Amino acid sequence: MTKEMTTHNRKKGSRINQWRNHPLSALAAALVWAAALLTMAILIFLVGFIVVKGVRNLTPELFAFTYNSDNVSLMPALINTLMITLVALVIAVPLGVFAAIYLVEYAKKESRLVGLVRITAETLQGIPSIIYGLFGMLFFSTAMGWGYSLLSGAMTLVIMILPLIIRTTEEALLGVPDAYREASFGLGAGKLRTIFKVVLPTAIPGILSGVVLATGRIVGETAALLYTAGSVAKIPGSLLGSGRTLAVHMYVLSSEGLYMDQAYATAVVLLIFVLVLNGLSTLCARKLAKNS
Amino acid sequence: MTGKFSERVMRRVFLIAACASVLAVALICVFLFANGIPAMMEIGLPDFLFGQKWKPSNNLYGILPFILGSIYVTAGSVVIGVPTALLTAVFLAFYCPKRLYPILKAMINLMAGIPSVVYGFFGLVLIVPLMRQLNGKDGSTMLTASILLGIMILPTVTGVVEPALRSVPASYYEGALALGATHERSVFFVVLPAAKSGVIAGIVLGIGRSIGETMAVIMVAGNQTWMPQGILKGLRTMTANIVMEMGYAADLHREALIATGVVLFVFILIINLCVSALKRRAAYD
Repeated sequence: MTKEMTTHNRKKGSRINQWRNHPLSALAAALVWAAALLTMAILIFLVGFIVVKGVRNLTPELFAFTYNSDNVSLMPALINTLMITLVALVIAVPLGVFAAIYLVEYAKKESRLVGLVRITAETLQGIPSIIYGLFGMLFFSTAMGWGYSLLSGAMTLVIMILPLIIRTTEEALLGVPDAYREASFGLGAGKLRTIFKVVLPTAIPGILSGVVLATGRIVGETAALLYTAGSVAKIPGSLLGSGRTLAVHMYVLSSEGLYMDQAYATAVVLLIFVLVLNGLSTLCARKLAKNS
Repeated sequence: MTGKFSERVMRRVFLIAACASVLAVALICVFLFANGIPAMMEIGLPDFLFGQKWKPSNNLYGILPFILGSIYVTAGSVVIGVPTALLTAVFLAFYCPKRLYPILKAMINLMAGIPSVVYGFFGLVLIVPLMRQLNGKDGSTMLTASILLGIMILPTVTGVVEPALRSVPASYYEGALALGATHERSVFFVVLPAAKSGVIAGIVLGIGRSIGETMAVIMVAGNQTWMPQGILKGLRTMTANIVMEMGYAADLHREALIATGVVLFVFILIINLCVSALKRRAAYD
């Protein structure tokens, strides 16, 4: 312990001596520390500001089952968010996982299709959500005739999160050692059986972390939903009805400017979602690290 | 025999799933261009791209103010956000005490996960009033939007640059130290240049995020339709134009908004191409 301390001190001392002789280096070090502190301070301040101002506005009326201009309830938006998330994940996760299975387990590495899928997935990842919103409006709402509806919104989000699911699943599958596959083949299992009974179960934490990230994107999405799912403040009777999610609810409240207290409260609920989802993805990552 | 049959069927199913993203990109291109280009032709491409007036009620559809608005705000966010992000990445890779690292990393991830509408709200209730006090009358300005976007691209840029810095072989850093350079000199003059491709890819990714950002910008930029008048004046971006008016637009007006989306899409595609080219180069290095 003492030995460690002294080497540590000596190292630190030499660093300070260096700084004394090289003022520019000292300045650079100061800037680096300042930038890191600034970044952290911004985050802490942002979260703190919203939580402090928002928590006292989290009244029971906000969670009333129906919305009206007296209670400005966020409950319908919360339920719509959960429905859209569920529908989008139910479609996007199998699609993305299957696509990744093809890319990793079946396709040849240099095949033209793999290259094409990679490029398109990369392109999709860079497209901003407003473009997805425009496309969803033109394709799902107009061409498919679904109008402003939860289904249009969910399908738009499916396309938006697909590349994320494909990429995280690919990484998870690549992380499964080939010895597992060979052992399974050696025991007489076919390729399909090997994938579903051996490879996928091993890759689950990686896939889950992708799903959690995707959920975070869905919960926070506004621009892609405004003109696909619409902004009606109630729970629709079916998936073909229009309804606003929490993030859209928050945008409408703050742009109207009439219900700022409730907007603060909604921001707190959104932040709680983000915090929980972030915690879950860290958990998945830790599980993954333990497995490998 | 049945086993073999299901193997074949599932192989097909996997293949079809893999084609979904190709299909999605194709559909997006077809639908955007098919709905946007006719309007551009009707308005006239030069009048549309370089027209300085946007007055749908007078049949004037010039989006130059919004193109410039997007470029100015993005440039501002790069000036404000990128230096901070680079220095933060350097901190995470070379300065951060081991015990602090997981906490900081988690905070950066959290920052990346905060929805843009929450950032916008933060800007609306805090940065806009502050700017109003500094500026006199108007708080929703180009500078406000640039500051907010600068904050928003921080985690994006840091998240790409930090791994790029870490992937530079330790021998570079050690070699510089052995030649008598200080820690800072080694990091800034040897490691950072060696990670050039990754650093630029991070910056370009940040630019893409900034130019495509919609909700946060709408909430703080003022959204006036005239040409941008200065740092302390309000302006409107292409993204904002689409969201502000799509709710009530019809006919040519609506198509002109979609055409605005097409222009934005082309900007994004160019930026995407740069990112993937840079990433490939980073991989070769």
